Amino acid sequence: MLTIKKVPTVVSNYQEDGDDNNNAAGIRTEDATQSQARGCARNCLGKCCLPVSKLPLYAFKKNDYPSKNNAVFPSDDGVSPISFLNNLLLAQWEDRMRRGLFRYDVTSCETKVIPGRYGFIAQLNEGRHLKKRPTEFRIDQVLQPFDENKFNFTKVGQEEVLFRFESNDDDKSRFFSSYAVDICSISPSVVAINVSPIEYGHVLLIPRVLDCLPQRIDHESFLLALYFAKEAADPFLRVGYNSLGAFATINHLHFQAYYLSVTFPIEKAPTRRIMARKGLQGADLVVSELLDYPVRGLVFEGGCVLRDLSDAVASSCIYLQQNNVPFNVLIADCGRKIFLLPQCYAEKQALGEVSLEVLETQVNPAVWEISGHMVLKRRKDYDDASEDYAWKLLSEVSLSGVRFESVKACVSEAAGLQVEVDTYNIDQKECIYDSEAPQVASHMQRDCPAIH
Amino acid sequence: MEPQLGLIEQSFHVRYSDGVREALDELGDSFLITDPSISGHPIVFASSAFLKIFGYSKDQVIGKNGRMFQGPKTNRRSVLEIREAIRQEKAIQISLLNYRKDGTPFWMLFHMCPVFAKEDGRVVHFLGVQVPILRKSRVVRNPSKLCEDGTGFLGCCRREVTSDSVMEVGRGLALDYLLNSDDRELEIDQPCEASELEKRKAATAISNILSVLAHYSESEVTGRLVCGKACCLSGMGLGASINISFGRIKQSFVLTDPHLHDMPIVYASDAFLKLTGYARHEVLGRNCRFLSGLDTVSATQFEIAECIRNERPCTVHILNYRKDKTSFWNFLHISPVRNATGKVAYFVGVQISSSCNSQGKQGLSPAMEHLSVVGAVKVAVRSLSIGASTS
Repeated sequence: MLTIKKVPTVVSNYQEDGDDNNNAAGIRTEDATQSQARGCARNCLGKCCLPVSKLPLYAFKKNDYPSKNNAVFPSDDGVSPISFLNNLLLAQWEDRMRRGLFRYDVTSCETKVIPGRYGFIAQLNEGRHLKKRPTEFRIDQVLQPFDENKFNFTKVGQEEVLFRFESNDDDKSRFFSSYAVDICSISPSVVAINVSPIEYGHVLLIPRVLDCLPQRIDHESFLLALYFAKEAADPFLRVGYNSLGAFATINHLHFQAYYLSVTFPIEKAPTRRIMARKGLQGADLVVSELLDYPVRGLVFEGGCVLRDLSDAVASSCIYLQQNNVPFNVLIADCGRKIFLLPQCYAEKQALGEVSLEVLETQVNPAVWEISGHMVLKRRKDYDDASEDYAWKLLSEVSLSGVRFESVKACVSEAAGLQVEVDTYNIDQKECIYDSEAPQVASHMQRDCPAIH
Repeated sequence: MEPQLGLIEQSFHVRYSDGVREALDELGDSFLITDPSISGHPIVFASSAFLKIFGYSKDQVIGKNGRMFQGPKTNRRSVLEIREAIRQEKAIQISLLNYRKDGTPFWMLFHMCPVFAKEDGRVVHFLGVQVPILRKSRVVRNPSKLCEDGTGFLGCCRREVTSDSVMEVGRGLALDYLLNSDDRELEIDQPCEASELEKRKAATAISNILSVLAHYSESEVTGRLVCGKACCLSGMGLGASINISFGRIKQSFVLTDPHLHDMPIVYASDAFLKLTGYARHEVLGRNCRFLSGLDTVSATQFEIAECIRNERPCTVHILNYRKDKTSFWNFLHISPVRNATGKVAYFVGVQISSSCNSQGKQGLSPAMEHLSVVGAVKVAVRSLSIGASTS
């Protein structure tokens, strides 16, 4: 069993109540069975409180059929009026700021774009991480069962929930400012605040909160996250996902999102098309690989309907999960572009293979860091932050060339995509010279078409 | 969703003297001029050559956003590169697939350049020239070369790539593609590199247009930034990018600068102008107190001043007056807004008029409407002064 020690990020004001490591605080939680019987009087998101609650509900219209001109997304580009969902999110978030629910005001934190080719973004945030003892996290299992004794999102207070986000069967999206939660007919999905925000508007999207799903991707949940990005229709609101072993803190299925009105370095990296599935009228589903970027990754785009794109990514993630490869996902450009980034930093850290210099900055490379946005705890690290440092850190995150080749091959099978022949041949030549060949076998537990 | 024609007229009228439109048309090039300070970043001028090539009439183009000429096969990445150039207020030259009015797509070389006001370095317009790429000079690019010539995001001002070198590298692949694809499809699906001649034509056009604009400008404009680094916050001008972000906010609001003498308005939304009846140039640079009048309760004004002094948000009902002297009850919310330094850079004031029935039109309560504007403004201002644009 491989573990690393890190201070967990506090995403909810209720997180430390029932924390196994924090009983000394004296806040007792009721016994789980008792809570279910009579309500825990905390107005939480559990089966005890939710049935008698009312929450705002944004019910989006699902688009399962190709539209006339085959456009899944509107042709606009960050110029059209702010969408209703976006306004709702901003208003609710600002409201919680006024109520003092966040641990600090993130807009008071200095932030800068580091000079360089890619413009990595650094933030100085001395208050984000607690001065607690670090906890042990198991990092060698991407799939771990849900543990109701650990903190999970049913324990979050309702004041931290902004609204429900679910699909409807109507012809358009609808908003209800106060809607009773009928848990018999539907399992509500909610958007909650992250009380230790990385940037303005940092929220958690929790699909089917009462189902207590562990942190793992499934097709329906990923589609929900993609619709969230699409409905918000803001290229500066990105949605991210961290698997266990890739710096997810809580083993209860959740996605994250926040606003930052600059282009992320990963969005600037050039790409090369490597796989595709032909679609009607040229709406191909295309997968490219990142070029000239410290982390190797895949970019998914296209498809006739949103579900095509969503399922391709979800199937690839499921493959990775089942083969114990930790990964991160970034949904960018309002859902048009999805980055899939397998990583191995935690494993390296556990085996003592990361340089001390990089370790000391205590940056855990989760999806945001890999995308190029880094939060630094110490003034010295912030002042000295350079593109070199960012590159060095992220290079440690990346899978090796050979491992990545295996991932590519298996993704194409998992997602039902045709590899584009000419470029594929070029890749084969490259990987023969990679010195880390021996590692491939141990990590790929499932049979997949071998390249060599 | 188009801005009033009045604002479009103003865009040129304020900057350039009469005769400029005729002089621009005389140049014979295809180009558009857009104004980032108007909500929606609309086209304010389209040359007759442009209208001819694209098949539109003037009325169908003026007031619209440039994206109307893009279509399903337009490369998304190219669109994002252009947007990034706008954000960084830099020039860019890029091949782009555009669509005519009749729906036919064609490749063209798009060369865009910001037009800066000499006095404060503010971007007043963007100028975009289109040079159709002729079939003869079409070259098939080896996709993996995309990163090597250091173009695109990693250097918004593209370096010249000689068509010879690209031709050599692309020759092997070109043959494969040509043998296997339908020629018509090939034209659309493969990225087109413009020839040297076409690139020079674009650059010359830009230069000529800028000369005309400079010649006809009341206060000077220039195609090159005179004051070194883009110091778009000197004086009262806000950068093109934030103007575009603010343009997405449909509600009435203003941004005021507490660091300037008497805390003047540095930005006013279209809705604010509509609500109060003033023109933009009549409010920029003035303190908001001009909205108050005879019957405005001074205690309310005092309360506002106190909150601002303490950098605290406040909400008040205040009696305000329009330009035509009619009064309205203003449900006003003011909040400090910080930039990338973490310090308060501006105050935002959001106005909801109790007289109009549009409250809750979106399903949000008035108090929530206030906060949604504050949030949107905070997100936009957060990246102000964030620092180096990429090299």
